Amino acid sequence: MSTVVLLCITGLGLGALYFLVASGLSLIFGLMDVLNFAHGALLSVGAYATWWAASHSFGYPLALLFGTAVGTLASVALELGLIRPLYRRPREQVLATVGVGLAVPALLSAIWGADARTFPVPGALAGTFTLLGASVPVNRLVLIGAALVVLLALRLFLGRTRHGLVVRAGVEDRAMVTALGIDVRRAFTLVFAIGGAAAALAGGLAGLYFGSVDPTQGGSLLIFGFVVVVMGGLGSVSGAAVACVVVGLVQQFANYYSTAGLGDLSVVVMLAALLLVRPSGLTGRLA
Amino acid sequence: MNVPAVNVASLLRRWWPVPALVVLVLLPYSALPLPGLLDGPIGSPGSLQLLALCLVFGALATGYDLLLGRTGLLSFGHALYFAAGTYATDLMLTQAGLGFWPAAGLGLLSGVVLATLLGSVSLRMTGIGFAMVTLAFAQAGSILVQRDPGGVTGGEEGLAATGLPGSLVGIQHTANLYWIALAYLVVTLVSVRWTVRSPIGRVWEGIRENERRVEVLGLRPYGFKLVAFVLAGTLAALGGVVYLLLTGGATPQTTTSDFTLSLLVMVVLGGSGTRWGPLVGGVLYTWAQHRLASLAGSGTIAGLPSVLRVPLSQPLFLLGVLFVIVVYALPGGVAGLPARVRARTVSRSVPRGVQA
Amino acid sequence: MSAPLLSVRELKVVVGGRHILHGVDLDVAPAGVTALLGRNGAGKTTTVRGILGLVPRSGSVRYDGHETVGMTTHQLVRRGIGYVPEDRGVFAALTVAENLRLAERDADPAYDLVHELFPELRQRARQAAGTLSGGQQQMVAIGRTLLNRSNRLIIADEPTKGLAPRVVTEVAVALERAAQAVPILLVEQNLALVRRLAGHCVVVADGRTAHAGPAAELLADAEKSRTLLGVGRRADAATGPGGDR
Repeated sequence: MSTVVLLCITGLGLGALYFLVASGLSLIFGLMDVLNFAHGALLSVGAYATWWAASHSFGYPLALLFGTAVGTLASVALELGLIRPLYRRPREQVLATVGVGLAVPALLSAIWGADARTFPVPGALAGTFTLLGASVPVNRLVLIGAALVVLLALRLFLGRTRHGLVVRAGVEDRAMVTALGIDVRRAFTLVFAIGGAAAALAGGLAGLYFGSVDPTQGGSLLIFGFVVVVMGGLGSVSGAAVACVVVGLVQQFANYYSTAGLGDLSVVVMLAALLLVRPSGLTGRLA
Repeated sequence: MNVPAVNVASLLRRWWPVPALVVLVLLPYSALPLPGLLDGPIGSPGSLQLLALCLVFGALATGYDLLLGRTGLLSFGHALYFAAGTYATDLMLTQAGLGFWPAAGLGLLSGVVLATLLGSVSLRMTGIGFAMVTLAFAQAGSILVQRDPGGVTGGEEGLAATGLPGSLVGIQHTANLYWIALAYLVVTLVSVRWTVRSPIGRVWEGIRENERRVEVLGLRPYGFKLVAFVLAGTLAALGGVVYLLLTGGATPQTTTSDFTLSLLVMVVLGGSGTRWGPLVGGVLYTWAQHRLASLAGSGTIAGLPSVLRVPLSQPLFLLGVLFVIVVYALPGGVAGLPARVRARTVSRSVPRGVQA
Repeated sequence: MSAPLLSVRELKVVVGGRHILHGVDLDVAPAGVTALLGRNGAGKTTTVRGILGLVPRSGSVRYDGHETVGMTTHQLVRRGIGYVPEDRGVFAALTVAENLRLAERDADPAYDLVHELFPELRQRARQAAGTLSGGQQQMVAIGRTLLNRSNRLIIADEPTKGLAPRVVTEVAVALERAAQAVPILLVEQNLALVRRLAGHCVVVADGRTAHAGPAAELLADAEKSRTLLGVGRRADAATGPGGDR
């Protein structure tokens, strides 16, 4: 029983990371048709900024805030500087993000080395607590909590605000939004800011989860982010939320009850199977 | 007497790849040093090794462009078929103890079978769905190799090949490996050229431009796309076998999505959908990566201030930045450069002519 | 006719290397309905999309005395244009109320007018627009343009296409009411509706302007209607009440 509880919480914690990566990816793709290969780089920027601040005695909460802010700025700069000039050329936009996705991790390992750096975990988050006989690391709860807060905030933003309305309408039909006199490009910058913030937050939290940061972390989380986005249906935040729970749990349980690595494999096989049965993902929205 | 001169020019324009090939075949006999471009003279083993790698990646990019540039299929799983060629051959050598040629044949066959199976499944999807399914399959392969089931793939360490024929091993036989790489390039270029100009190639072009219109003509794009996918997969598997010889083993890096992305970068760098572009891109990328890496280790860079030294020490950083610049400034890639220069000189000279 | 509100000259549109429009000229009068007619595939919808900048275009589109080729769609629309696209352009996942709210540009949107013309929209405010009938979706699309009193031109692309006769009447009433305040450029196949609403008409054929003049004059000329519009029926049927589908 205690093993099942631990696996559930750990799976949900991992799912929370995936959700933070996938929610931004999904919004960006849904609105702009851009598969953002630089999303992993944004995560790494957030992770390193958080690590840097935490190692300079900022205190973890403040460091996390700093990392998120840096990631958000980087994401906005990416949209304004590289994506916007290629407006109406989605293929080139994707290629530009591929270039950034290659260059940024390389730059990070040039500055801080290719090896993993130990993440200074604050004492309050380093311990464990007992739940139904299982000894669960506290940081899993922080991850799940953060993902829930982001999910709630995104739902409020999309459902209750004018900008959120524009984003939802733009996911359906971008041209019609402009034909109503709305400058949809402002929504592009906005979803990049939101996506960058969530990815950078994921980076800061991944440091907590894995206990270290390294330049390749972003890239490997990005792959599972893609899996979650496609499973949940592109452009759907709620779909991503469901898919990340499924992916996180399947991965943990399969890894524990069979040989290590089979969990990752089963997630990938699950994606392929799902797409072949339901090409539009769980929520039926594939462009 | 003007006529033969014209004929020579037009003959040369049509047949220049033949003398170029002759030059490439003879390169191992050259002791010409190319300071800056290569460390030793052309015929030295180090230079030949790098040149062979350049040719292999030029050919791989050419094969990948069969999907991307010719048929308009964005596959994120091309590494899988390359790795299948490498690892299957390697396993046949180390585990089954076969000789090199039967092992290579089986390695190639496994690439073909894998591409046929997975291609027929993934091509049921289009667009981004196709990209994701191919990524998923390749990722599965990559995980499998890295987790090292039963200790056969060597995991993170890679798997050194054993039992290779003596004439293909060792520094003194680098020229043989170079010629094999060159032969692989020729095979790739010829098969891509031949299929692209065949009736199938014209359907591929139609699919790239507008798949719906091909359907309206009463053709099923699926079969044509599968042919492209299997051919590209086969060429990649063949490249995997050649790569195994060149590096003496299999490495897990060749299974990753980063490997496929680097092929994508090569193709775009050189010019997607053009005859020579992917080759040029593959050669440039491979050469730059190796030169930049050795440059990073040299004293030239160590003496620079850290603002310059740190980014310059990472080839991938420079290549990523270069790639972004190409996407912006050179939409047709390097292969589109001559046409752009010509267009510019024409557009400059025309107004001058008008004024005069 | 006084100076036109919208004046299009030599409008050309190339999509995917194919010339769809070769040079369309048309004027929209500052009052009343101007009909844009033509056979299927003549380029009516492309003309409208070209005017709005929804497809890359060249030529001249002067609106309210200003050249608008070079402006983005949203900049042009903000100068007071309401657009009802051919496929209605309703956001299926959004509710009726959200669809309308998205279209608000005025500080004081005219919900009273919209709800008076289409009372159903008030009852179905919280329903997802994708679950509405075609007629109800068309009401949402037209309602979006009536919401902004600051609109000075309405462009409607086949607003009655595929609708039940009862709904066609409802849409016609709404357009008639709107036309009293705002000029309309109306793409329409329903010639009875054109006769009822339009003062002027412009006919496009093969991507060019083929005819322009008073609508009544064209519709009265059976020979001309047949060659320009492909209306292959007897003159009396075409002029009789409700002669067209």
